[in-house]
Amino acid sequence: MITLDFPAIWERWPSLLDGAVLTLQLAAVATVCGGIVGILGAVARRSGNPVATRIAGVYVEAIRNTPLLVQIFLVYFGLATLGLKLSAVFVAGLALTINVGAYTTEIVRAGFESIHRSQIEAGEGLALSKAQIYRHVILLPALERVYPALTSQFVLLMLASSVTSQISAEELTAVANYIQSDTYRAFETYITVAVLYVLLSLVMRAGFFGLGFLLFPRRRRLGTPL
Amino acid sequence: MGGSLNANHLVFLLQGALWTIVLSVIALVGGGIVGFVVALARIAPSRVVRIAAAGYVGLIQGTPLLVIMFLTFFGLPAIGIRITPLAAASVSLTIYVAAYLGEIWRGSILSVPTPQWEAAEGLALSRGQRMLRVVLPQAIRIATPPTVGFVVQIIKNTSLASVVGFVELARSGQIINNSLFEPFLIYAIVAVLYFALCYPVSRLSRRLERRAGQPRGQTLAPA
Repeated sequence: MITLDFPAIWERWPSLLDGAVLTLQLAAVATVCGGIVGILGAVARRSGNPVATRIAGVYVEAIRNTPLLVQIFLVYFGLATLGLKLSAVFVAGLALTINVGAYTTEIVRAGFESIHRSQIEAGEGLALSKAQIYRHVILLPALERVYPALTSQFVLLMLASSVTSQISAEELTAVANYIQSDTYRAFETYITVAVLYVLLSLVMRAGFFGLGFLLFPRRRRLGTPL
Repeated sequence: MGGSLNANHLVFLLQGALWTIVLSVIALVGGGIVGFVVALARIAPSRVVRIAAAGYVGLIQGTPLLVIMFLTFFGLPAIGIRITPLAAASVSLTIYVAAYLGEIWRGSILSVPTPQWEAAEGLALSRGQRMLRVVLPQAIRIATPPTVGFVVQIIKNTSLASVVGFVELARSGQIINNSLFEPFLIYAIVAVLYFALCYPVSRLSRRLERRAGQPRGQTLAPA
């Protein structure tokens, strides 16, 4: 008769907490850095400069058509081949940034495409400078429009960070692997960790929802749902 | 260490790629069947069924596929259910894909214009007839581009079957690397093979989207 013993896993809450914290840290770093990469990528794609457009296009297609697992191995062993000895956590953050940067590029580009030409013409009519138009008429409204898609992508990124356990970054999934090999209670361990991931994604969604009110107060005044 | 890369290694990688395709087909068919049930359950007349389906989708979309893989492969034997790597990978992918396809298809069914539903009702068609003869034929057309787009995600996600020891493309690369120890070269080849599998499907989905003339609903992509 098999008995389930969840408290044996819950006893390990300090390591589980450490793992969850590292998962959130990886997600936060990759969200911020990948967000910047994505905005730069989208700017490059609509820049009109054929070289920049081409490079950004190849980057997006290469990343979106290969698995994260293989990307992580390539970054990990690629840097090692170059003679750089870096910690697994650093490599994990870097690989996740490169990955989510490509998806962000596509999402932000869609936002740029949704800005009507007449908006830019109106900006010119108001004698705004090129930089002012880019910032107030193109970039910020575009980001506002794709904010829900972006935040979903970032939550998926947090879940995908579990793959970095394969290069032994000690995040939540790696902690789970360790606990189950130690306690032989694989079922209880992975159920517990699955629940923790669901909680983390709920926390992230709530955080992004709140952040949306701070970043885009106009949306609230217009009464558009997030 | 164990010699250099030769034709045999490439054949081994291609075999792995073949298993990646097989696993993708299993995930698409299995996930498609369960996903269709999920989509219908999400819009069922019964409140309990709707809530249960929404709970399933919420739980699975909040859990990494990797953890689902570990749960089926290591967790089920721990409670007395024996399972092979192929079965574990197939079950995990089916459960995972169903949650995403279910949501995509629910959206497609709901985006069939309401007058179509009303007209069907006005013709005194039963709920089953309404669905089968009026709504679904239109929903399939709406659903095709995002579904093809999601196939790319399925192909990429099969790489996680490598963690339970199933020898598909990514695992083939790891095995060869264990004897040659040329990780960068080998994973670059593996990446190129994945790209060769995924890129045509990506192109197809974009062409379908453009023909449908509608902005893509769901381009979100895990991993």
